[in-house]
Amino acid sequence: MNNSSTMNGSRKAGRTIDIVNRGLKSRYRKEKRFRLYGILSIVASAAFLAFLLTSIVMNGYSAFLQTYIKLDVPIEAGMIDESNPKRSNFQGIIKSAIREYYPDVTERREKRELYSLFSSGAAYQLRNNVLDNPPEAGTTLSLWVLADDDVDMLMKGHMKRDVPESERRLNDRQLRWIEKLENDGRIEKRFNTTFFTSGDSREPELAGIWGAVRGSFYTMLVTLALSFPIGIAAAVYLEEFAPKNLATDFIEVNINNLAAVPSIVFGLLGLAVFLNFFGMPRSTPLVGGIVLMLMTLPTIIIASRAALKAVPPSIREAALGVGSSKLQVVSSHVLPLALPGMLTGTIIGMAQALGETAPLLMIGMVAFIVDVPGGFTDPAAVMPVQIYLWADSPERAFVEKTSAAIMVLLGFLIAMNALAVVMRKKFERRW
Amino acid sequence: MQMTAVEKEAQTSAAAGSSNREIFLPPERQRIKDGGTPHVSAKNFSIFYGNFEAVKKVTADILSKYVTAIIGPSGCGKSTFLRAINRMNDLIPSCYATGTLMFDGEDIYGRYTDEVQLRKKIGMVFQKPNPFPKPIFDNIAYGPRLHGVKDKKTLEEIVEKSLRKAALWDEVKDRLDRNALGLSGGQQQRLCVARTLAVEPDILLLDEPTSALDPKATAKIEDLIEELRGSYTILIVTHNMQQASRVSDYTMFYYEGDLIEYAPTKQLFTNPRDQVTEDYITGRFS
Repeated sequence: MNNSSTMNGSRKAGRTIDIVNRGLKSRYRKEKRFRLYGILSIVASAAFLAFLLTSIVMNGYSAFLQTYIKLDVPIEAGMIDESNPKRSNFQGIIKSAIREYYPDVTERREKRELYSLFSSGAAYQLRNNVLDNPPEAGTTLSLWVLADDDVDMLMKGHMKRDVPESERRLNDRQLRWIEKLENDGRIEKRFNTTFFTSGDSREPELAGIWGAVRGSFYTMLVTLALSFPIGIAAAVYLEEFAPKNLATDFIEVNINNLAAVPSIVFGLLGLAVFLNFFGMPRSTPLVGGIVLMLMTLPTIIIASRAALKAVPPSIREAALGVGSSKLQVVSSHVLPLALPGMLTGTIIGMAQALGETAPLLMIGMVAFIVDVPGGFTDPAAVMPVQIYLWADSPERAFVEKTSAAIMVLLGFLIAMNALAVVMRKKFERRW
Repeated sequence: MQMTAVEKEAQTSAAAGSSNREIFLPPERQRIKDGGTPHVSAKNFSIFYGNFEAVKKVTADILSKYVTAIIGPSGCGKSTFLRAINRMNDLIPSCYATGTLMFDGEDIYGRYTDEVQLRKKIGMVFQKPNPFPKPIFDNIAYGPRLHGVKDKKTLEEIVEKSLRKAALWDEVKDRLDRNALGLSGGQQQRLCVARTLAVEPDILLLDEPTSALDPKATAKIEDLIEELRGSYTILIVTHNMQQASRVSDYTMFYYEGDLIEYAPTKQLFTNPRDQVTEDYITGRFS
């Protein structure tokens, strides 16, 4: 106290407590201001996030429903090829069923317009149906078949009926035919299972995310299987065993730099090394996974090293003190304690890899692939690339598909991050 | 009992050379004689951190089965010396030693010395209680398991014996499966002692074992040292001079890396030979 009053010298400050009291108000004001800034920035980021999510959901939710049309398909003798039902002309059967429902449509051009209300997938639906339980001749199959994407857009309100004919993709005649279906209760929106069960397609109503989900799954599996063990082994060696010298410093600097390298560079590397030099198959989850592994490794190594550093030295000393070897210290004490942090780092790295597009474009995963991949060496798309492809497509119906695919991708990311949180909580130990 | 023997020894030490072994001390300092056998002997032993010599050319014998306290102001090298004995300093990259430090006729810093084996024989308890975040049983059984004991029955016996020796058995016998971190600080420290005893070391190094504990827990640890006296060679680093005078038979006083004085505790505290020692123990500096 004496000290501070002498320090204030000529001012009639007096006791320290007075100085403290005088400054108190402005200190509290400062703190209040600081808190306000914090709240404002949180509100701002929350608002952006909410805006982003709402716009995606608003755009995309309608993709989970799809317009179906009820079609009565009379099966007459000779329509189905008895010896080889697969070879039957299902397209023709569908067309005749349509003509039967609209008996007054006779002109060739009108017929074509009429057929275009139905998806080209309708024939496949009929085919599957017939192959599953072969109908007898003379019966009538009642099928809910897919409507064309233009009809779908109309039903979902993305296409207006009251605008001039030239400004919409369906003409007045087609609208009248649809109205007839509506009046008969033969057209309705149902849950879009196609979206979740099929691969990509040029026809929006036939396009699905499942192929991309499977592709992402295989790719992530490769990435995880490679990057987790390699990353952890590298981190443990560098942190616990490596001598501290110039070489290890150099490696450390490089790992930190690699984490900041643009991901497309990894794609170029993958193209040059894995595809061109090693001749691995193009567009496959195997190569995609390896490229993403290269990209993920620095993240995992850095996070794992931080987790290892956070293990208190007292635990190591205790284990060494009772005669553990270095490896025993690491395997039975340090590693279990660092594991939650390592897992968190790995899952964050995997989530990053799951959302990565650029390096995969370089190794050909941007190809249009209809088949759902069945393994690591089948050509495949991944979710972010699928989103990119759909976003690039001109059809109006792909807009909602794009948003829906983003929702699926976000769902996976949220699930992965939730897993990271759960794992951290589960394995976390305090000392 | 032991104390009185040492006292007698101290009284006679100046007079006659009847004892069979002399203790190495810094040059020109006093020499004491004792009937004990040296367990750890340092000869011109120095420890460096980079260029800094933390322990300077120490020459001394630590006697078997006695309690030796190491005192001195902060940064005097007492902990460094203690940690050199089981090579805990190896964890510090820039640290190295010169001179010789022998343990049971084996050079601790020798080329062929296995530090894992060494640490099994020279147990250590640290300043801050550091139990493993595991059940109490596993804490004690960790060492024996490491050294190859697999039989459950034997392990149980070892755990009970060690906990009894550490005067903790009665407090924890019903909750051996609970996490050791649930114990109080004093209990944790005794658990650490028990964990060290479980591997049956020859020497017990205690690095300020009570500095993080309250007086009651401190008293328990001191009682424990009393219990263990005579069965183990114990070295204890302490900041607390009362504690040193209470528990030890011999005391080493370090100052700025030099071993200034090494004598029977009673003698060092009542009749120090060196002015620096006297200044320190009378509290003129710390």
